[in-house]
Amino acid sequence: MNDKISFIIDDREIKAKKGQTILAAAQEAGIYIPRLCSKEGLSPFGSCRVCTVLVNGRAQASCTQPVAQGIVVENSSEKVFQIRKQIIEMLFIEGNHFCMFCEKSGNCELQALAYRFGILAPSLPFMFPEKDIDASHPDVFIDRNRCVLCGRCVRASRELDGKHVFQFVGRGPERRIAVNASADLKNTELESSDKAVEICPVGAIIRKRVGFKIPVGKRLYDHEPIGSDIEKACT
Amino acid sequence: MSSTIDDSKRIIINPVTRIEGHGKVSLYLDDNNKVVQARFHIIEFRGFERFIKGRPYWEMPVAVQRLCGICPVSHHLAAAKAMDMVVGADTLTPTAEKMRRLMHYGQILQSHSLHFFHLCSPDLLFGFDADPEIRNVIGVAKKHPELAVQGVMMRKYGQELIKATAGKKIHGTGAIPGGINKNLSIEERDTFLKEIDKITGWARSAVKIARDYTMEHLEELKDFGSFESNHTSLVREDGAMDLYHGRLRSIDADGNKIIDDIDYTNYLDYIAEEVRDWSYMKFPFIKSLGPEKGWYRVGPLARVNACDFIDTPEAEEARKVFMSLTKGKPNNITMAYHWARMIEILHAVEKIKDLLNDADLQGNDLVVIGERREEGIGLIEAPRGTLFHHYRVNEDDQVVMANLIVSTTNNNEPMNRAVQGVARDHLSGKEITEGLLNSIEVAIRAYDPCLSCATHAMGKMPLVVELFDSYNNLIDRKVKN
Repeated sequence: MNDKISFIIDDREIKAKKGQTILAAAQEAGIYIPRLCSKEGLSPFGSCRVCTVLVNGRAQASCTQPVAQGIVVENSSEKVFQIRKQIIEMLFIEGNHFCMFCEKSGNCELQALAYRFGILAPSLPFMFPEKDIDASHPDVFIDRNRCVLCGRCVRASRELDGKHVFQFVGRGPERRIAVNASADLKNTELESSDKAVEICPVGAIIRKRVGFKIPVGKRLYDHEPIGSDIEKACT
Repeated sequence: MSSTIDDSKRIIINPVTRIEGHGKVSLYLDDNNKVVQARFHIIEFRGFERFIKGRPYWEMPVAVQRLCGICPVSHHLAAAKAMDMVVGADTLTPTAEKMRRLMHYGQILQSHSLHFFHLCSPDLLFGFDADPEIRNVIGVAKKHPELAVQGVMMRKYGQELIKATAGKKIHGTGAIPGGINKNLSIEERDTFLKEIDKITGWARSAVKIARDYTMEHLEELKDFGSFESNHTSLVREDGAMDLYHGRLRSIDADGNKIIDDIDYTNYLDYIAEEVRDWSYMKFPFIKSLGPEKGWYRVGPLARVNACDFIDTPEAEEARKVFMSLTKGKPNNITMAYHWARMIEILHAVEKIKDLLNDADLQGNDLVVIGERREEGIGLIEAPRGTLFHHYRVNEDDQVVMANLIVSTTNNNEPMNRAVQGVARDHLSGKEITEGLLNSIEVAIRAYDPCLSCATHAMGKMPLVVELFDSYNNLIDRKVKN
């Protein structure tokens, strides 16, 4: 039985395996779909919506939407670009992202997306929400000002580390990452070497005392936009 | 620029131009229309000490340098030095210390060049009373294109050094607690070495320009906003000028040492700050002398006065000529700041050349860590003077206290004195002439004040002008957005 199906993405026909997500199938074909909550090795989550594409004209999260025979996907149209740009802008204004002194700067996926989309300043007003930090752990620091609620830490702790250190609590604007302890992060079983620590796309969960050890010029996105590795892989 | 005079005998001039940030001057007259008091107001708000509370300590060198876009390296390095103490790095590796020094000398070079060639040279070349239409950097570029180009190129060289050591020309990340995050590549070094002799030649010429100007106009300048004062600076243990690190020394107007060989981590035992209700900027003073007599000057003039010698040959020769003017005693002429500043440029360039030829810059041993401490104090001689950074850090690595005394704050009282002196000598009747406005600005500019830095302005704030009568009733208020 042939388990390959074909579909159209940006006027190009590509083959995919049944059950594969649009994002994964596109990536295999060397097409980069921007994403934030999605991470290889973790189960799809579909929370950030940065990977939004138009499937037969309807907006869908490509990290959770499976391919289907004959669908027509828009990934690089102006309409899709604007949807994603607005989503990224909203992620900025809903948190307190001060790239200028954030140690994740240059290695931050949110910042890199902003650069890729040419966002110099958000067009929406900043909300300046009150967020807290948790510095209690000897080796790990949580700064919720920078959290984009992607849930990577929640899934990584559960799926890769075999722990349940992080979990979402609250709803709507009150939603936040909580730790599975009576008090603070230091009361959890989190270790500095856990995947959940290194998988944060922004500077919300960081290893202590690393700071700015990587010089400007050697950071992940200093020379090429985010997604270049995927795009290069096919050329 | 706007000016007003009212019946309550209070004259307000604002904004003062060609300084970094915004300032306002109030002059108070007595019944005979003589200036009895001058206030150089700082009306911008400072909040850094508050909003870095709770942040992790390793963020400080990068976060606090955002105080300023002109000499962020000074804050970057002062905070890094404080954090060296926190992480127990009592002695840095040679590569780390020399990379930081190279960064700092690049900073001195670019900042002093900007100030001398772009901000001050119009006053010196065209005269204080010249038409503002030509008394600006464009005027300099038209009449003395070679000087304008030298200024740009020297600044660029300094900025490129900062980029090579800190990663970026403005707001880099090079200095980290315990060391540095990169070394200098051979390619980078060779690029700088190609230009260093040309830059040295220009620095030499700049000293000559400043010296000749001062000597030719000595009669006019010696009393211009001048006054006797104490001078404070870091000096190396052997008494040499050291812009990166040293021990605290204060001398009086005659050169007698008030404090000397002080470990700067004990600065609170010797320096205090007074708050006055009309300015956001505090008034530091030497504790043993009290606020009335203990205020002091910092910056190039204070440093050249306070050191025993300079350890680079050409700058040392220039220092000797400078000191001979006052027969070895401290020079208290406000306008001599420019000359002293150029001596420092020459010193910085000589130091840069020495460092570029030092193989330690290509080392790979970049960071040391020792026993963790809860307190860190870092002082550095920033282009504008001694800069104090003081932090306390809790066991969770968060900053719980910060105190910053920036260079311009140290020069607060001297700037007020300079303005008062100039106003007293140049105000006739109740009219503010263009000449008076210019003279006040020239006196303030001699200190190269950085007001955004001294008060840590958050964005561009509107200018508020309030007029009070002699009974302290508000009679007018204007807001400039």
